Formats: sequence, C-alpha cells, structure tokens
Amino acid sequence: MASVDAAVSAGGGRDAGALVRAAAPAARFVFRGRDAAVATVASALGTPLSLEPCRASQSVGRIALWLGPDEWLLIAPRSEGGLVASVLAKALGGVPHALVDVSDRNSALIVSGPAVEDVLSAGCPLDLDQAAFPVGMCTRTLFAKAEIVLWRTAPAEFRVEVARSFLPYVEGVLAVAVRDGG
Amino acid sequence: MLLIHCPYCAMERPEIEFRHAGEAHVARAPDPSQLDDETWAEFLYFRSNPKGVHAERWRHVHGCGRFFNALRDTVSDRLLVTYKAGEVRPELPPQEHSR
Amino acid sequence: MSAGAFRTATGGRIDRTHTLRFTFDGRPLQGCAGDTLASALLANGRHLVGRSFKYHRPRGIVTSGSEEPNALVTVVRDGGRTTPNLRATQVELYDGLTAISQNRWPSLTRDLGAINDKLSLMFPAGFYYKTFMGPRFLPENWAWTKVFEPAIRRAAGLGRAPTSADPDRYASRYAHCDVLVAGAGPAGLAAALAAAEAGARVIVADEQSEMGGSLLSASRGAINGVPTAQCAADALAQLAGHARVRLLPRTTVFGYFAQNMAGLAERISDHDPSPDPEGPRERLWQVRARHVVIATGAIERPLVFSNNDRPGIMLAGAALTYLNRYGVTPGQRAVIAGSHDGIYAAALDLAGVGVEVAAVLDTRADPQSAAMAAALDAGLPIRTGTCIVGSRGHLRVSEIMIGAPMADGSIRDAGRIPCDCLLMSGGWTPSVHLFSQSRGKLRFDAAAGVFLPGVSAQSETSAGACGGASGLAAVIESGAAAGRTAAQACGFGLGRARAYRVEGILEATEATGHVNAPRLPQGMAKAFVDFQNDVTSRDLELAAREGFRSIEHIKRYTTTGMATDQGKTSNMNALALVSGTLNTTVPDVGLTTFRQPYTPVTFGTLAGMARGDLFDPIRRTSIDGWAQGKGAAFEDVGTWKRAWYFPRAKEDMHAAVARECRTVRAAVGVFDASTLGKIEVVGPDAAEFLERMYVNAFKALKPGRCRYGILLNEAGFVIDDGVIARLAQDRFHVTTTTGGAASVLNMMEDYLQTEWPDLQVWLTSTTEQWAVIAVQGPRARDVIAPLVDGADVGGEALPHMSVCEAKVAGVPARLFRVSFTGELGFEINVPVGAGRSVWEAVAARVEDAGGCAYGTEAMHVLRAEKGYIIVGQETDGTVIPEDLGLGWAIGKSKADFVGRRSLVRPDMIRTDRKQLVGLLTRGRDVLLDDGAQVTSVAAPAKGTAALGHVTSSYHSSVLGKSIALALVRGGRGLMGQRLHVPMPKGAVEVEVVSPVFYDPKGEKLNG
Ligand SMILES: [Zn+2]
Repeated sequence: MASVDAAVSAGGGRDAGALVRAAAPAARFVFRGRDAAVATVASALGTPLSLEPCRASQSVGRIALWLGPDEWLLIAPRSEGGLVASVLAKALGGVPHALVDVSDRNSALIVSGPAVEDVLSAGCPLDLDQAAFPVGMCTRTLFAKAEIVLWRTAPAEFRVEVARSFLPYVEGVLAVAVRDGG
Repeated sequence: MLLIHCPYCAMERPEIEFRHAGEAHVARAPDPSQLDDETWAEFLYFRSNPKGVHAERWRHVHGCGRFFNALRDTVSDRLLVTYKAGEVRPELPPQEHSR
Repeated sequence: MSAGAFRTATGGRIDRTHTLRFTFDGRPLQGCAGDTLASALLANGRHLVGRSFKYHRPRGIVTSGSEEPNALVTVVRDGGRTTPNLRATQVELYDGLTAISQNRWPSLTRDLGAINDKLSLMFPAGFYYKTFMGPRFLPENWAWTKVFEPAIRRAAGLGRAPTSADPDRYASRYAHCDVLVAGAGPAGLAAALAAAEAGARVIVADEQSEMGGSLLSASRGAINGVPTAQCAADALAQLAGHARVRLLPRTTVFGYFAQNMAGLAERISDHDPSPDPEGPRERLWQVRARHVVIATGAIERPLVFSNNDRPGIMLAGAALTYLNRYGVTPGQRAVIAGSHDGIYAAALDLAGVGVEVAAVLDTRADPQSAAMAAALDAGLPIRTGTCIVGSRGHLRVSEIMIGAPMADGSIRDAGRIPCDCLLMSGGWTPSVHLFSQSRGKLRFDAAAGVFLPGVSAQSETSAGACGGASGLAAVIESGAAAGRTAAQACGFGLGRARAYRVEGILEATEATGHVNAPRLPQGMAKAFVDFQNDVTSRDLELAAREGFRSIEHIKRYTTTGMATDQGKTSNMNALALVSGTLNTTVPDVGLTTFRQPYTPVTFGTLAGMARGDLFDPIRRTSIDGWAQGKGAAFEDVGTWKRAWYFPRAKEDMHAAVARECRTVRAAVGVFDASTLGKIEVVGPDAAEFLERMYVNAFKALKPGRCRYGILLNEAGFVIDDGVIARLAQDRFHVTTTTGGAASVLNMMEDYLQTEWPDLQVWLTSTTEQWAVIAVQGPRARDVIAPLVDGADVGGEALPHMSVCEAKVAGVPARLFRVSFTGELGFEINVPVGAGRSVWEAVAARVEDAGGCAYGTEAMHVLRAEKGYIIVGQETDGTVIPEDLGLGWAIGKSKADFVGRRSLVRPDMIRTDRKQLVGLLTRGRDVLLDDGAQVTSVAAPAKGTAALGHVTSSYHSSVLGKSIALALVRGGRGLMGQRLHVPMPKGAVEVEVVSPVFYDPKGEKLNG
C-alpha cells in the first residue's frame, strides 16, 4: 500500500490539505435481518444498531454502519473477528438472520484534513457540508466510478470502505484530488 | 442529474446512485402456470408508456439497496413523489398533474 | 508609449510597468500585464485577426467578451498544447504567448480562400442542401461522396485540432450551495453580497479573470460616492471575508440542467506563462444550488449594413471597455454610430483621450438624453436621423458611407466620412441563455424589443441586464433584491437591505433598445448578420422568400446562429430581418433554443480524471502479482484484468495455450478463478428462494453438495449460470459468471424485495471476499491432498459436485470438488488476504507434479472441448436450456421458477429451434470465425436465412484439430450431416457432431 503511505498534504500551499492513509486491519461482517435479530445483535455486540437511516453507532471499538433498512456493516478490530463471529452466532441461534464474514472483501482508507470535503467532492456527488453530512452519518455512495461506504468519523475525517479490487482506483483518484486540492 | 428522494434513506440523493427498474405495479402472478399465453405475454412485454404521470420502479443501488416506486411526469421529467415498494400508488394533488 | 502605439498614457486596469512579449502569426509584439490577447493586439494597432469561415473575408475584433464571433485564434504552447478557436477577447496575455490566426492560407493578409467571397453567388442560403442532392441520373449520394465531401473535408472546420494527445490534466468537483450566482458584474456582486449577508452558502462564478463586469469599464460615475471599479473591489473583499462564499473567477457557467444543477468550467492555468506541470489545466464543477441568480448581463448588437464586417468596425461598448479597462484606443479617427445612448458615452470617453471623433451618428431622428446633451456640450459632431449604408477599405475600414432614412423607407445618400474605426451599437440583447437552458419560458417585451425571462421552470432569478433591468442603479437594485429573494428561498431571513446610490453614469440609460432592421440598398456587397457563419441579410431574405417561416427552419437552412458562438451577437438581428421581410412580428418568427454549453467547453474538462489509468477502475485479483511475475499476458474481462496465458520462452499465444491445455489434460493445471461472482444466500428460506430463482431443485440438495444452476429471465432465456453449493441447511454459496455478479445480485434482490418479501433470506456479495484457486487435471488430488487439513479429499468423501470446509496451506477454506475442464478438479476458496500465499503453495506443488498455471484462453478451450457453455457466448438472450441440451437441469417437479411459464410458450417447444451442436471442418482443418453463419449450401442465394451461427471456435491441441460450437436450427437432428460456413475466403464444409468433443462419457471427472 505504498501509495497510501506516500500520501502527502495537498495543494502546494493552496489549501491546508488532506491526508489519505490506510485504516487499521478490521474484521467485518454484513448482518442482515429483522427486528428480533437486530436487537439480539445489538446486545451481543455491545453496540446499538442505528434504526435511523444512514447513521453509524459504535462502542468499545465495535462499529455498526447502517447500510439499508435490514443491513448493517459491522466492523471490529481484526483480532476480535473470531470472537465477534462466535458471540453473534451463539446469540442469534434460532433467530432468522444472515451473518456473513466479509473481513477481506473491503479495504478502508481514512481521509482527513481541513480540505477533506473538497478532496472527497472530487468524486462523491453528495453534499459533504457538516449540515448535510454530519459526524456519524454513513452511507453507501459513489466515489468517481467506484461504490464506497462513506462514514464521517470527525468534522475533518472520513472513513472510506471500498471493495478490495477497487482500492487502487479509489486511491488513485484520491491522490489526484489531494494534489489538486480537490 | 436529477435528485431523487429515497423513501428508505428519507433524503434526496443524486440520480447516479439509482438505477431505473421499469414500470411499477406490474405484479408477477402467484402461479404463472395458470395464465394463458396471451396474459403471460402481456405481463412480459406490454408496458403503458404514458405521456404524463408514470409509475415506475427505481433502486437505490449505490445507497440503501432498496427498490421503491416513483411517480414521474414523463413530459417534464419531474419526479413527483416516491414511495416504498408494496405501498399503494399515491393520489396526486390536481396541480401536480398539470405541471 | 508602453506596449503599443494605441495605448493611452494612463488609466485602465493594466500594469504598464510590466511588459509582456508575445507573437501573433510569428510577429513579435508587446502587451501589458492585465491585457487580453485582443486588447494587446489592438494596442499594437492590429484589428485584422482572422479570416471568415465561408468567404475568407478579413475580420477584426468586434467585441471585448465571450460573445466574440470573429477573433478566433489558435494558441500554441507546444505540440499537444495547441488550442484552436479561442476567442482572443478571452485569452489572457502572458509572457511568451504564441498565437496564430485561422482560416487563411498562405497568410492572413494574402489568403487564397478569399476567392470564395468573389464566387459567393455560388454559395447562397441552403447551398449545401440544394447542391448535394446531385443530378438524378447518378446513383444516390454520388455527388456527395465523390465530389463534395472530399473537398469540404479539406476546407472545413474552424482551426486545426492538435494531432498529439492532450498532455494536460483536468480536475472535477461536485459542489453544493444555497445560492449560485452566475456572473459577477454589478447585479451578480450585489446579489452575492445580499445572499451571503443573509447567511447563505454562496458560489459566485464569472467567466472573466477579474470579477466586476461592467463596473471595471466605466470611466465615470460612483456608487455611494465610491468609483465603480473600487466598488467592485470592495464587494469582492467583503465576499472573500465570508467563510461560506466561494469565488470562482475564470469560470463559465456553461450549462443549466435539471433541478438546479449547473455545469461550470474553470480555467486554471491557461493564463499562466509557466503553469505547474503537475497541476490541472481546467476543472469541471457540477454545482447543485438551491437557488440560482442569473446575472449574465446583456450583449451589444452590431449594425447590419453593407460590408459591416471590415476590421476596424467594432461594438461601441467593446471600444469603451478597451479604452477604460485596458487603456487601448481603437484608432485615431473614429465614427460612432447607433440607435442607443451608449454611443455618446463612447464618443465622450474617446474624445477625452485625444481620439478624433469624426462623427456621432444617431439613427434616431430626435433623441433626447443627458448623454447626448453632454456630447453636444463637448462639441462633438453629432448627426441625428442618420444611418450607415456601407464601408470601404482594404483589410481595414477607411471610409464609411452614410445615408438618411426617408419617409418612404428609402435611404438618401448623405455622403462619406473617412475614418480608421467605426464603433457601432445596435442596442443590447439580454443574455437569457441560462434562463432558457433552465427551461424557463421567455416572453417578448415589445416596448423594449427584447426577449426577457418569463415563466420560471426552476428556482432561479434573473437579475440585472439579463432580467431586463436598465441602467446601473436598476441593475444593482435588481441584483440586491435577487440575492435577498434567493436567500429567503433557501430559508434564510431577509436581513437588512443595503442602499446603493448611483451617480454620474452616462452610458446605457436604456439597457436594451430596438433592433435596427434597415432596408438595405440593392447591390453586390454583403451585410453580415452572423459573422462567424458568414450569413448575410440576403441569405435570410432568400430563406424567407423560399417559404421558410419558423426561425428554427431558417436557422438550419441558412446556418445563422449555428456557429460556436450560437449567434450571441446575431440572433436578434436575424429575427428582426426575417420578421421585417415576412411583415410579421419578432415573437411570431420565434426564437431558437439556447443549448448548453454557453461557450465551448474542452473535451478534457468534460472527461476530467477519467482517462488513462483512471478511465475506469482496473480490478486485479490477489493472485495478479504472481501472474505478472510469471510474464502472463492479460485480457480485460469487464473491469477485471485476467491472466490470459502464460507464455514461456519463445512461445506465442497459440503455443502457450496449446501447452497449457495439454498439461491440464495430461497432468494438472492451476487457474485463478477469483473473479467469479459469489453471493452468500442465508436464511431459513434460502433453499425455497433459490428454488424459485433457478431452474434447478435445491430443497433436496444436501448440505455439502453442489448443483450446476441455470438462471433464466421471466421470458425463459438463459441469463446466467454457476455452481451453487449448500454449505448448511440455511446457507448457500452461489457463484455467478464474472460479468453477471452485479446483475444477478440485483435480480435476486428485486424478487426478494418486491415479489417475495415474506421470505426470510438475505443476500450478501462475497465476490471480493474469496480468492478462488482452481486445480484441474488427473493429478489434481495428488497436488492438493498434502496441503489440506481437516478434510478427506478422496473420491468417496468428496465426490464430484461437493464442498467441504478445511484448511488449505493453513488457511480456512471452502474446498469445492468441481470441474470446468472435464478433468478431476477442485476449487479452493480462501479469504482474499491469503489468496496469494495459498496460490503460491498450490502452484509450487502443481509445478512439481509436472503441471502449470493456465489462463483464461486455455480455460475456454478446455471447456469447449467438453461442450460446456459460456453464458454470453453460447447464449445471446434468445436461448433456453433445452436449446443448449441442458433440459436435464430443470427441476421437473417444481411448480414454478423464474422463466418457467415461458418455457411452454408455443415458440419454445418447437422442434426446429436453434440447438447447440459441435462442428468439425471437413478436409483441410480450418479455424472457423466466431459468429460466422451456418448455411445448408456453400453459396446460398441472397436473402436466404442462415441456419445458425458459430458461437465458439478454437484450435484444440489435445484433439489435434479445430473445434467449434454452433447454434443450428434443429441441430440435434442433423448429426453427421454436412453444412457450410461461409467465410471471407470462401465457404467451409462442416460436419455436425456432438458438442462434447472430449471424453463424451465423462470418465475423466474422477481422475
Ligand atoms: Zn436509499
């Protein structure tokens, strides 16, 4: 992931810039199910699952991103993957649901810095102003020609989840956007 | 690029996140084998294509992933209202028709 | 005198201490920082800058802005950075700029193409339509293809496109705002300030390098006691202080689209003498605004008279801008003419800097205005009730002929006036382009004689001159009001309104003014309406005489308004002429539609980052690096790069593929199948759901077993296939074709969400979770067995079409016993992160076993030898399972599945449907063309329907001959018969055989 490590702040002094780096390795699960299963997962995971559209929730490093009305992306530290899987499987026994390990399916980037909205707006069609996309909002969307999951983790920081084979493309577009100041 | 209100995300999102999915309220028969050829052909191939308000399906494919329905005026290309799959087609206030 | 003989000593917004060198047609010239190419050329006394498109007439600079029809130049930085058709009025001068004129050969002053002008009787309106029909005795289109097209292709076009690739980069950005202000003149700045002060998020875009618009070219007058140019600077400083305001100079709002989406083109580096080589040249902005304020001003109209296109003839407002903004005079002896008060302001300002004003001609019989009074006070020679009837001069105007309109409509000769420049004003046309693009309805204001915004289609406001405001005070007032309205429309409070007190402005008490449509004296001379497309008043009259009535038809017949400037300066004059000829009104003739883009946009800007490596995502598997290291050739499969074949020393593709195929059949091969689509189908109703989706029966499938699934659409046609494994009672691992991964998931979600929402089953894409390593060949088991931990890979424990979970090379895996080659085969699915390491472990053992890696080409050959289909190759959307010999896969006892009802339609049960067969060539071995037709005779009569077509064709090294699969009408009944395949070098005789060429009994599947 050399291109990520080599990311530099943007804009030749035009902007205060943005930084792109790889997120820490993560365990990931797609959880899908109905109300009973949702409540079960929340209590087993120790993190409430947002029922409000496009909102993330997290606690003790375990993250649940609302992706659809019956779909959440669960993220945990890589080392906890096995534990989370077994805890959830045990809690959900007998409750109809789908839990699928997608740890290796996605890669994640952290994009941060004062120019982060402009940089992501080089490819993302959503309004990233904090009034429209506040901290804690998450959604599947597009970044140029790649589908991503975008989550605002702080006023000037986003997490970008992307299917593994699209990572070089997303990194490439981000590198250009960082260089151009968006 | 249109803005489309996704009834599941409960917000307007850009058209490129969506995919059109044909006419709405064309239900598949519970047991197609009971249909004669003509009725089945009607289901397969015949669509209304109106000038004016058209009920059509969209999917928020690069968003929440849900299929939903929309009423769109094919003359103005305005999306008049969107509603969840399974909901009945809403009545429009009269002025919406004429726009 | 600084940088040009026609430069004033003081004044303007240029920096006389900063001289810039540039060349025009190779001649070295000098200008000042702040010049445009046009102002710098004029400062050097250069009016002649180009030749016209059709008649090659000498042309000069007419305007000072983006509406310029004549002064199109090519700016050259280097080979790839050569931009034709730039308006000199918009090209910012930089040190070292190289510009060349266009449409001339061998030179601008001596142009051979000008013969067209003398032959112009040959080029009337509709010339192309009339001429290219060709004589009737010749074949259709003969004249066009043999005579005209070659000649026109040689002569056609504006400028020359560069021949090398564009080396520049182009950026793009989505942006969102409450209020987008298009145009930063007095109205736009007032609107932006009002909206910003109300709290709105504002984007202000202006096509010029410096914002301020007409405030920058007024010589007198003040707002609240502050000179106008200073007012612009103050307003910009205030706007820059607002955190939620973005100012975009050099940015053209070129398109207004649905739901207040605007396209903006920002020119970033073209003005820079040494642009950052890493930086972008231009940027596309796609702006979504809640409200748009259109403040695009108005465009001055030329006068229509004979030879009104000579260099030295320009618009009065442009001359005023050149004088007051750039410190440039248009000549030494000026005539100023028009029907509008703007001529007096221009005359006074020119006289003020020592230009001799030979005459001020007002076509109005009795104009009364402060501007005229001031001109009279200054002693300027004013003649009212006087019009221009013609001009003389070689490459530059030297004399104008004037006349007096009489009561009967005729014009009496009123003499000649020598001059070296003529400044004209036919009134002003509001720039309603963006409003029109927004689909708003225009209305004709008969009093002012102009089209103005009428009924809005979107949330926008036209402010200032483009909205019909007249005079600076009204323009600013309407801008401020529009800004407040816009903010209010976005939910902000109204706030305090600023007061603007405008004093001392002379120019343009009426911002619009009636179109002059003089009755022209008869004669040979041309009076141009559309300068860029060389359309004359006579062309328009001819069109009207020939029966054209709608301006949309006249436009296409005469090409008026169809040039790159979209008739910005000509539309209203054309309408006036046509309506006058037809004795009707302007609105009766109609107005042509304004389309995006407002001014031309480079392809680079529209393409943005999507070129080269970023044109599309390039997707590579986790094993790709290994294949690259082995020197594999790759092929594109959708957006994936797949290893195509692995050539060894001196091997060509044919040799490599032949070796890979033989190795798999004789020993073992390893293949990267990671791109296969994968969907995890989970839930208590998973089997029920798959049973409804696929033709096959799944409820009876035991966990640990696989089934070859065929997916139809409702019309009964095969659209995808793949192996489906039942991992547990409620969990299936579904594979799809590489290309079908997304569409199959979409289709499954569709049925699940909208037809069967009661089913408790959920879908997750796992395509990118798993790396898939296929090991195929008689030694496949030997190769993998030592690597597998926790499972028995023996034939009894893991029979063909089964699956188990195990560790492979230490990595948890889903181990499939499947075959797409007809050999004993396994597919090892491991998490992608471990894909490379497991592959390397497997590949090493494969090589030790005398095997090799094989690519997609060998995979295709191997499956074709077995008659295994590939969806999209053997199928084309009209093929049902029975056609492919796959009727056995259909769950016969199932009541329903997607497409089932269609399979019993009369057309589907015909026995003469096209069926999959094998073809072998007879006699000489020939590789048939993919897609070639199959016929019953070698040379069928014209119009004979083919029996079918070749779907796949390969050379089989294992069989030692070429093989082909084909869909042939009633093919299964034609076994052993001879058919023909017409090919470019003659028909090839073929024999119809079984599509299974290799191991027809399937014994090899078990090694
Ligand atoms: Zn949605």
